[in-house]
Amino acid sequence: MLPVDRQAAGPCHSRSLARAVRRRALEMVHRAGAAHIGSSLSAADILAVLYAEILRVDPARPAWPLRDRFIMSKGHAAAALYAVLALRGFFPAEWLDAYCADGSPLAGHVTAHGVPGVEVSTGSLGHGLPLGCGMALAGWRSRQPWRVFVLLSDGECDEGSTWEAALFAAHHGLQNLAAIIDYNKLQGFGAVEDVLRLEPLEAKWQAFGWAVRHCDGHDHTQLAHWLHRLPFEPGKPSLLVAHTIKGKGVGFMENQLAWHYRSPDAAQMAAAIAELDALPQTTETCG
Amino acid sequence: MRTAFIETLCHLARQDTRIWLLAGDLGFSVLERFAQAFPDRFVNVGVAEQNMIGIAAGLALCGKVVFTYSIANFPTFRCLEQIRNDVCHHRANVKIVAVGGGLAYGTLGYTHFGVEDLAVMRCLPHMTVVAPGDPVEARLATQAIASLDGPCYLRLGKAGEAVVHTQEPAFRLGEAILVRPGEDVTLVSTGAILGRVVEAARLLQARGVSAAVLSMPTVHPLDCEALRAAAARTGLVCAIEEHHAVGGLGDAVARALAGGPPTAVRFFALDGQSLATGRQIGGQAYLLERAGLSPQSLCESVLGALRADKGGLARAGR
Repeated sequence: MLPVDRQAAGPCHSRSLARAVRRRALEMVHRAGAAHIGSSLSAADILAVLYAEILRVDPARPAWPLRDRFIMSKGHAAAALYAVLALRGFFPAEWLDAYCADGSPLAGHVTAHGVPGVEVSTGSLGHGLPLGCGMALAGWRSRQPWRVFVLLSDGECDEGSTWEAALFAAHHGLQNLAAIIDYNKLQGFGAVEDVLRLEPLEAKWQAFGWAVRHCDGHDHTQLAHWLHRLPFEPGKPSLLVAHTIKGKGVGFMENQLAWHYRSPDAAQMAAAIAELDALPQTTETCG
Repeated sequence: MRTAFIETLCHLARQDTRIWLLAGDLGFSVLERFAQAFPDRFVNVGVAEQNMIGIAAGLALCGKVVFTYSIANFPTFRCLEQIRNDVCHHRANVKIVAVGGGLAYGTLGYTHFGVEDLAVMRCLPHMTVVAPGDPVEARLATQAIASLDGPCYLRLGKAGEAVVHTQEPAFRLGEAILVRPGEDVTLVSTGAILGRVVEAARLLQARGVSAAVLSMPTVHPLDCEALRAAAARTGLVCAIEEHHAVGGLGDAVARALAGGPPTAVRFFALDGQSLATGRQIGGQAYLLERAGLSPQSLCESVLGALRADKGGLARAGR
């Protein structure tokens, strides 16, 4: 287990943060017998880049009024969000040990109550972007400096409410709003292409009036490159389509729908951790 | 009622810059005065109620006091999960306003009947459910919910409702208003049917029956104390509402009286299923008459209930 300094909120290397998030998320779902590890691994790099170098947030003041707002609209990847928040010092890392345990504040879907750093509870899909529109509108019209980031799954682009919000954000020119799609191309019951086709996804969002960019959602250099260049175009909301792999980092979980639901047993855990440990270490440490 | 609402809201918004108004592309000839006076705090979000509630919750979580406005079922049923998850769960300061509660949009048909809203809104966590009885109550209710920190549902009639309160009553959320004292029976009502209920009480007076009228602008939380006191004084309690018989005022009244001394209760409400499946086209007055909710029908039904209950209570040794 990596050492965690609760006060460590200073600069932090996103790659080592991502590695720690993956490890923590695996431990959490293993201990809890919980689902959705594939989604957490898919989003780990996006979360790590956001929390390491993009978001203007302060773990010592989670309710700081001028903070950037981050909404984890794909609330089923809760383990990864909780892990990144704990590793950045929003709450004690020991809380992660009680993920999904009786009496724990950390539920299997992102829950805001009693969890510093979580803006809103999510889990039912298609809620995050409308909420983000409201927060962005509040900032925009009140001339406040905060930005709003919403992490969407590809599956929740099936929801009409996501597209209602997409229309709205563009119409009102919410350039302080950025959405990121964790585009791993697997949804609840199969491949996106088979269940309900989203392609051409970028063209759809562009047609709705968004400034759209895409990148490898596991390449920290690319993620940081684009997330440092918000808004992508003045007067428009920004969308980064992050091409990802569900289960990324653990070979036997990658691109496997079953790991939306399964929880690794002891042997699978050992194999997964060994695989993470075998990755080349970065010199920087985090968490 | 909608005029009373918007005039009051404009007045409040002048004093409190946190107040915003979102509309779901409805409110022609009603909302313009707010939109013109406070363009930075008004948004017509378009025909997109789910998004409207999400935006409202997002604004509220950034410190705004947000009113959402639409008609009949649209601001509640279309976006119920957003109300449950985004507003109630976060106890966001959002006030959901529905114009045309009950059968106010009668001739527009079943899709425009707001007759199950109280039931659904009552069961949501942290939700205060308010259905004022006349334009005076609408004004007072708007003021009251604006200063309450938390989710509210405000069910309004439409336009042209008679003013029942010739003097301004004391108004507090969660408290009943005694519109008319009486000794023989208590008529409890919520929402815009209040005018008909008062008229029924007058008809009963002419038939020698002294009927108390208790207006319940707050359906949830209900003023149980006032209700129990009224039941102790008059015996028979009649709950009257322009709402489906399940889950609305009647059920709330029965729940409030349960556990106390035995009290005869009668329910006067709509048959939602018959409205949904029947071929009933017509205006509000026609539909209410068919449902037995006209002043005359209410008067006759209450007389019948009194005859039955006095006998029943006498047999019970009262």
